Amino acid sequence: MKILTGNDLKTGAVVWWDGEGWSLHVEQAADVTDAGADLIAREEAARRVVGAYVIDGQNTADGVRPAHIKDRIRALGPTVRPDLTLKPADPQAIDWVI
Amino acid sequence: MYKYDRYDQEMVDARVAEFRDQVRRRLDGSLTEDQFRPLRLQNGLYLQLHAYMLRVAVPYGTLSSAQMRMLGDIADKYDRGYGHFTTRQNIQYNWIKLEDTPDILADLASVEMHAIQTSGNCIRNISSDQYAGAAADEIVDPRPYAELLRQWSSFHPEFLTLPRKFKIAVIASETDRAAMKLHDIGIRLVRNDAGEIGARFYVGGGMGRTPMIAPLIRDFVPLDQLITYAEACLRVYNRYGRRDNKYKARIKILVHELGREEYTRQVEEEFAHLLTQGIEPPIAELERIKLYFTDPAFEAGLPDDLDLSDPDFRLWVERNTQAHRQPGYAIATVSLKPVGGIPGDASADQIRLMADLARDYSFDELRVTHAQNIVYPHVRKADLYTLWRKLDEAGLGTANLDRIGDIIACPGLDYCSLANARSIPVAQRISELFAAPEKQAAIGELKLKISGCINACGHHHAGHIGILGVDRKGVENYQLLLGGSEGADTSLGTITGPGFDEAGIVNAVEKATEVYLANKQGEERFLDTYHRIGMAPFKEALYG
Repeated sequence: MKILTGNDLKTGAVVWWDGEGWSLHVEQAADVTDAGADLIAREEAARRVVGAYVIDGQNTADGVRPAHIKDRIRALGPTVRPDLTLKPADPQAIDWVI
Repeated sequence: MYKYDRYDQEMVDARVAEFRDQVRRRLDGSLTEDQFRPLRLQNGLYLQLHAYMLRVAVPYGTLSSAQMRMLGDIADKYDRGYGHFTTRQNIQYNWIKLEDTPDILADLASVEMHAIQTSGNCIRNISSDQYAGAAADEIVDPRPYAELLRQWSSFHPEFLTLPRKFKIAVIASETDRAAMKLHDIGIRLVRNDAGEIGARFYVGGGMGRTPMIAPLIRDFVPLDQLITYAEACLRVYNRYGRRDNKYKARIKILVHELGREEYTRQVEEEFAHLLTQGIEPPIAELERIKLYFTDPAFEAGLPDDLDLSDPDFRLWVERNTQAHRQPGYAIATVSLKPVGGIPGDASADQIRLMADLARDYSFDELRVTHAQNIVYPHVRKADLYTLWRKLDEAGLGTANLDRIGDIIACPGLDYCSLANARSIPVAQRISELFAAPEKQAAIGELKLKISGCINACGHHHAGHIGILGVDRKGVENYQLLLGGSEGADTSLGTITGPGFDEAGIVNAVEKATEVYLANKQGEERFLDTYHRIGMAPFKEALYG
């Protein structure tokens, strides 16, 4: 599957296209198939996102995961600061990244 | 240390106002990202892996306690409670909001700081010896010359769009503590036979994907021609540097392809021309700057004695303090490499504590080192124990300077969008493996440096042991290098062979140290033994 990610223009937060808007949670990422370029053009023009790009994703039992480690780290947060990850209460959160 | 005059302050304040307007126009849609990107980069604002990242300039690594305190406050107010000290003697924050950035720059300007010259293809923040003004072996304090170069290079209209970024280091000691020959221009201040001070120019060094050691191009430039000669070096580069290929655009490639002699000939020709143009600032300006770098009010007649009955304190003194040129004083280094910690990171509370201790024990001064540590340049020996106790209580008393635990590591794939592999976890595992002081003592001086990609921000080429993270089909892989150095014996490391996974690279480092210890003769350092016995025994242990 193809998923779309970028950074929130104002806050810089990593965000994922969920089919209707931008989510902080990669699990909610939607398959954009071949619509990525159009979505990027529209959403960047609307100043909702910056640096958007399409990546390969995988549907897993836990939800959508980016195929490449770099984007998995983007989705989670720095692996060396579990206290700063998006869901710091989840002790298993890091397991799917590496 | 240097204090802004009215012109400096107005320039920085105007820059803040200009960027505030640029951010407003970006947010209201008047500027596209393509238009805005070069503007934000000129103010140190990157878009990194998780958020915007702001890199703040610390000119030649020198800070006052008020400036350091502000860095701690910014970490709390605008970031997530910590900052990362970099291998360019700067600090960066990883979780910055675009809409906050003008306010951050205004806060920085209130303590004579900014984020200019920390990004883009300009002359970057000038770096220097972290012991400048205190070292027993320097012939003169190099910082006034670094400051003169900073003023010359800031907003220099001719050099705002160079082929690539440009880094200058200035030192004044035979011992090179600033990796001077691995800069685009390395300047060492020297004294000639007549006793005059001048500048020795090395040009065309650097790390990155094509590491080069800068060759000497001029043995002695009189101080009243320093800026003119630097300008000549830059002009030749600006004219002929490879703008067509980003990977061949650094001056090291130009010097290498032209050859040292031809590059030097062109610089000398340009220099002769520039001497007729009268571009050198008046020597009175240098003298004005020097007045800001006079000695603090050292007390005379202080004893050099120390009570070393506390074994932990003794270890810290042995590892983390250096000789000061003033009797009764010492230079003390705060290691930002606790066992298992993140190299270069400090919490807001730690930053503020280090600021307070500088005010109380080091004439209000601190330095950031390219090895990602903090230095108190002027500490009365009588105050060392109290200083160490207060540092130690805050987790800042680690005694490992220049030992295997004092690892340089770039942010790597945990933070950096350019990285291919994580650096920090590897540093943490190695630090834990060699945590025991007796292990570090047995190994002695060993500089270990880790980069998460070929851009080499972690200086892996210059590590006695270097580690380079690469991406192998989407999986982190780590190459091992041996034999690099950044000091007087500057050399580039050699890759041992096939790479390792994360656990494998830690194991490989351990094996390399075992080979060293098994072959060490007398007082040899790891690097000395490597140079004597060569790569073969290490390869045998690693791959045999």
